[in-house]
Amino acid sequence: METSNINPPLWLLAELTYRCPLQCPYCSNPLKLEGSESELTTAQWIDVFTQAREMGAVQLGLSGGEPLLRKDLAELIREARALGYYSNLITSGIGLNAHKVADFRKSGLDHIQISFQASNEELNTWLSGSRKAIEQKLEMAREIKAQGYPMVLNFVTHKHNLDEVDKIIELCIELKADFVELATCKHYGWAFENRAHLLPTREQLERAEAVTNDYRRQLEAEGNPMQLIFVTPDYYEDVPVACMGGLGEIFLTVTPDGTALPCHSARILPMTFPNVKTTRLDQIWQASDGFMRFRDNAWMKEPCRSCANKTKDRGGCRCQAYMMTGDMYATDPLCSKSPDHHHIEAAVAQAYETKPVAKPILFRNPRNAKALQTL
Amino acid sequence: MSLKNCVPSLNPMYRLQWENYQEAYVLLYPEGMVKLNGSAGEIMAMVDGKRDVTAIATALSEKFPEAQGIEADIVEFIQHAAEKEWLQLPADAVQAP
Ligand code: SF4
Ligand code: SF4
Repeated sequence: METSNINPPLWLLAELTYRCPLQCPYCSNPLKLEGSESELTTAQWIDVFTQAREMGAVQLGLSGGEPLLRKDLAELIREARALGYYSNLITSGIGLNAHKVADFRKSGLDHIQISFQASNEELNTWLSGSRKAIEQKLEMAREIKAQGYPMVLNFVTHKHNLDEVDKIIELCIELKADFVELATCKHYGWAFENRAHLLPTREQLERAEAVTNDYRRQLEAEGNPMQLIFVTPDYYEDVPVACMGGLGEIFLTVTPDGTALPCHSARILPMTFPNVKTTRLDQIWQASDGFMRFRDNAWMKEPCRSCANKTKDRGGCRCQAYMMTGDMYATDPLCSKSPDHHHIEAAVAQAYETKPVAKPILFRNPRNAKALQTL
Repeated sequence: MSLKNCVPSLNPMYRLQWENYQEAYVLLYPEGMVKLNGSAGEIMAMVDGKRDVTAIATALSEKFPEAQGIEADIVEFIQHAAEKEWLQLPADAVQAP
């Protein structure tokens, strides 16, 4: 493939830190918890922002972990604005206050997304591991709207909160969200470990989607511009979707230590990804093996290789294939044509199990991270 | 009040900017972007919350003297952009020009 055919990255996802005060069991971050020692410096981040902007990136996600733990956040926002990015702060809301909301606005932040675990205190507390979390989130959501930001509220949905989707939407209406993301949990990182606890049944999902559609009609009839985005879960699809709109097509993720990835979870793949500390971003995007390997369809095996769908779904998710089969070139097991599809069927069967799951749910905290490493 | 006399403003949900790489005006919003075509971008760029539609048309024909009789097209686009909620019109603006 010639480099001139490669579109620029439109999205730069800056994972500023893996540190986080919460411990969601559905977190898709790596199982290893890294502290601040290996994180990029302020100057290194600004250099990454500058290079990606020169290449054409315009959307910037400031995420983590919890990006508010970075003391230089306001400075990074200011630099991003000066470079012409549209910046999105993706936060749990923990560590935010009215003063920071105003300060970030002044620095040029465009939008804040707050993630919630659930609409009620009990469930939110259990999932996040913090009793004060929900109150803080509600207060900050109100503050964000009061200060004139566009606001997205994000709920990762799963077995434990899908049946309360109506209450979640009601809460979002009350908070005057502009967009609501009901994102069915994707099973990477901690969520993969906890899949038996999290994967909902098909009926749960269908009910939740029907409720969401009812609310869409209601909102439209009322002239309420709030938009509901229902991100469908892949375990119940027969055909996978192209991961990230195609690996190396739109998204460029940079992890806290500077590793550049074509997708947030690609780090688990048995290959080497370049680091922004040692390689320039255009080299990374246009020439590194980490970004080139899956850009075309030459790597595919059967049944993908001769499948009519291959240019559309690109054989599905490489991480999923690797996690379930140990082979990153395998067809995504989500696909009904995959010889490994039984992995998915087994996980789905588990979702219908009424007995409690034997393995305890693992919250994302240092103790559990250590236990996983010694396994 | 006719649409020609009303003053559109950009929906605060969006940010409009020129993108060198795309050689186009784009509308940016949370986690997304709309790339505008040439004339749509030029019209949007004239929306400043002060000019009414007639003034926008005048400003554009000054900027592009070769384009004449564009007012009807502009009115149509402003309506389209309001339906898309890119632009906000005063509450008393009549929908039909
Ligand atoms: S999913 Fe939860 S634990 Fe993971 S980074 Fe987000 S808030 Fe923190
Ligand atoms: S066989 Fe491969 S290319 Fe065909 S639908 Fe399944 S994952 Fe997609």
